[in-house]
Amino acid sequence: MAEPSAETDEALLDRFERAAFGYFLDHVNPENGLAADTSRPGAPASIAVVGFALSCYPVGVERGWMERDDAASRTLATLDFFWNSRQSDQPDATGYKGFYYHFLDMKTGLRVWQSELSLIDTTLLLAGALAAGVYFSADNPVEAAIRARADALYRRVDWQWARGGGVTARQGWKPESGFLHYGWEGYSEATIVYVLGLASPAHPLSDDSFGAWTETYQWENIYDYEFLYAGPLFIHLFSQAWIDFAGIRDRFMREKKSDYFENSRRAAYVQREYAWRNPHGFKGYGKDCWGITANDGPGYKTLQIDGRERRLLGYAARGVPFGPDDGTIGPCAALASLPFAPELALPALRHFCARYPGMTRDSRLPSGFNPTLPGAGPAGWVSEGYYGLDQGLLVLMIENYRSGLIWKLMRQCPYIGGGLRRAGFTGGWLS
Amino acid sequence: MTSPDTSPPGKPLDDRFHDYLVDQVHPPAWRNPKPAGKYNLVVIGAGPGGVIAAHEAAGLGAKVALIERDLIGGDRLNVGCVPSKALIRTARLYAGMRDARSFGGQVPGDIGIGFAAVMERMRRVQAHLSRADSARRLSEAGVDVYFGEARFTGPCSVEVAGQTLRFKKALIATGARPLTPPIPGLAEAGYLTNENVFNLTVCPRRLLVIGGGPLGCELAQAFSRFGSQVIIAQDDPMFLPKEERDAAQILSDSLAHDGIEIHLNTTVVAVRKDGAQKIVDLESAGGTFSVSVDEILAGIGRAPNVEGMNLEAAGIRYDTKAGIQVDDFLRTSNRRVYAAGDVCLDLKFTHAAEASARVAVRNALFLGRKRLSDLVIPWCTYTDPEIAHVGLYVREAREKAIPVKTFTILMHDVDRAVTDGEEEGFVKIHVRDGTDRILGATVVASHAGEMINGLSLAITEGIGLRALARVIHTYPTQAEAIKMAADAYTRTRLTPARKSLARRWLSW
Repeated sequence: MAEPSAETDEALLDRFERAAFGYFLDHVNPENGLAADTSRPGAPASIAVVGFALSCYPVGVERGWMERDDAASRTLATLDFFWNSRQSDQPDATGYKGFYYHFLDMKTGLRVWQSELSLIDTTLLLAGALAAGVYFSADNPVEAAIRARADALYRRVDWQWARGGGVTARQGWKPESGFLHYGWEGYSEATIVYVLGLASPAHPLSDDSFGAWTETYQWENIYDYEFLYAGPLFIHLFSQAWIDFAGIRDRFMREKKSDYFENSRRAAYVQREYAWRNPHGFKGYGKDCWGITANDGPGYKTLQIDGRERRLLGYAARGVPFGPDDGTIGPCAALASLPFAPELALPALRHFCARYPGMTRDSRLPSGFNPTLPGAGPAGWVSEGYYGLDQGLLVLMIENYRSGLIWKLMRQCPYIGGGLRRAGFTGGWLS
Repeated sequence: MTSPDTSPPGKPLDDRFHDYLVDQVHPPAWRNPKPAGKYNLVVIGAGPGGVIAAHEAAGLGAKVALIERDLIGGDRLNVGCVPSKALIRTARLYAGMRDARSFGGQVPGDIGIGFAAVMERMRRVQAHLSRADSARRLSEAGVDVYFGEARFTGPCSVEVAGQTLRFKKALIATGARPLTPPIPGLAEAGYLTNENVFNLTVCPRRLLVIGGGPLGCELAQAFSRFGSQVIIAQDDPMFLPKEERDAAQILSDSLAHDGIEIHLNTTVVAVRKDGAQKIVDLESAGGTFSVSVDEILAGIGRAPNVEGMNLEAAGIRYDTKAGIQVDDFLRTSNRRVYAAGDVCLDLKFTHAAEASARVAVRNALFLGRKRLSDLVIPWCTYTDPEIAHVGLYVREAREKAIPVKTFTILMHDVDRAVTDGEEEGFVKIHVRDGTDRILGATVVASHAGEMINGLSLAITEGIGLRALARVIHTYPTQAEAIKMAADAYTRTRLTPARKSLARRWLSW
């Protein structure tokens, strides 16, 4: 392996993208396509990670890291599992109303951890299925079956039900207690929920749902950057991993003369500026060391470190500039900002490699590290193993930066274009 | 951590200050005056709104009667802002002692809490402030002060303590009281509200606060700082659900820092007594669990005081939840009768009661056409940090289809906040996009209640960010954050074309 400083950008990115892709070779059950939430022993499957896995297989094929037949058979096994698994309102089913429970048993595919029937995670699963449906376009039985299954899975989802009688979509539902208390409000990673929900041929969200959702948007000038505010960095990345927002605008962005692509770029700048200012005096923070997001943390505890009380968090949605912030950096989110702000993300990656060589293992980035908390090396505390969401996001975003593959695929998906138009997006590639 | 209460258990509080207070605001030997003819204005309720109204009307030469059934001063003085802020001050002191090392200070030994002394100071403050509202002062100001239950006997008469007062105009300012939570077993087990929490003689070792509203959060934090183990349980997914999400986030962090256990999306389903302690059953996302506490504080909202006044006899329409129905001029369905304050407003704050009472007096006595909706009413939750707001929220602006932009300054960028070790918080000023017109603002800071006043002035008088940017602020002050937000606005006006012009001009 070349030293990062001597490596070209292209080689460096290829190395990290391939390492991230490797997660989906190592931690997927090929029998049913279920992908583990994390690499830790006994981890359940996360349906969102399955969505990322389905989107990563085409990348693997194009990059020569996977045979097309292998990718297709894995994809079909995955879609077959979801199509044939039990849909019911019983607590031990796999899904209900076309949606799926957030966490499933890796082998049986049954609901675990009393998890919620999750809208966002089902949506990311569907995004992966639809990406596969576009990519596997060959005229053969396997790829034809992939296309049919992906379409059927999407059409089966009852988005109208998921409003729970309101205008906007709820976050989830549990058989024990019904819909979760709160819906999706304010700018979040849920844009793609509305896009796919609005495009549904059979059970769409209502026309006014997207407008109702955007009513809680906050356009803020922070550190002299104006953007649609959301604190955790991943919010600016998840829908964007599949949808190319460059040049297309909804009503809000037309009013602000911006778009969601540009918004993610500015969000990266705000992140960097926050880390540079480092208001809480955390170790490591700086202009090339940022990425405050939802990720793994050292665990919930309060410690005195260098004379200061530090309240540490476990897996939590960290955000800037209002917090919470416990000094934990999410390197994956920083690197995943690559398509929007390569001038920030690449120096960050090189900094991570140079300053914290022990933090990356086999070129795979952990969910979080916290240099403020003493550890084995300068990175301090480092998250154990890897998270599937992080690795999937990295594959998609690095690939989008390098070739735009996922964005190109999804532009061809009629449900993405249809949902965007129904949400009021115009211009750019939608013209 | 603060040590538990070191006061002798059950020691009776010194009653000197309480006796003094009562002598001011409901003198035991008080004799109601004899009504002489028709009053220009009869005010029912001597809380902040009623007292202001009576003073204003008397000052303008009106013949005024003021009726109070309990203590002059209302919730503010007796069971609201004054006692709670006195406690919060002491609580901040304890928090400061606990954090002394962060400021390079030394903490000498154990920090013991003398709860009796804390409460005694609170009563001293109440007694001191009661003088301004005393029955004798009001009387000397020309107000006929009556103690007793008021009851309408017709559209222009009211009875109190066996006497009938006739009026040309009347103002109802009877305020509100804590809502009783409909929780099985709670009433039997006993619980605290703002009306009796200030009578505590011992700091509860374990305290459950039901509801994460302003009062609940303020007292939860104060008692935590006095050494109580505090749990907050509320139905909503976040604190102060009406406030901005980022403000609630910062408060949530702050309360956690104080050691408060927070249960959101959690409903109290039952309470039962077990000896001296109370067992509380809670339900959250399908699961149930129980906690054992010594006291329960219910802060789930307030109900207007509309009962017992025979409002029907005067033709005054009301609702037991929303209170007395008023129009934008604060006039009730009886054209001679007005209402102000908590009994008719959504915004149940002392200053809102006072401002609305002033409007009602002008409209009642001088055929005024002042509108309630024209008032700019700020408010503040006195947690640490404080959360203050004025004007529109972003969501309200967007619902009205007003394009809005927010200029945000983080307190960690304000020099004085850093030197004071009070970096948590922000100033957010919402303007109509494309203009400098201020629509609203939220301040989260250690002294947000003080800082919001400058922004209330700006909104009330139509002062925009351009003008605020020209105002020289004292350095270093935390209020400088407002100027910094105005400066951020000014920088946005430096368009590329203007920059280019400036560069050409400066090319000499």
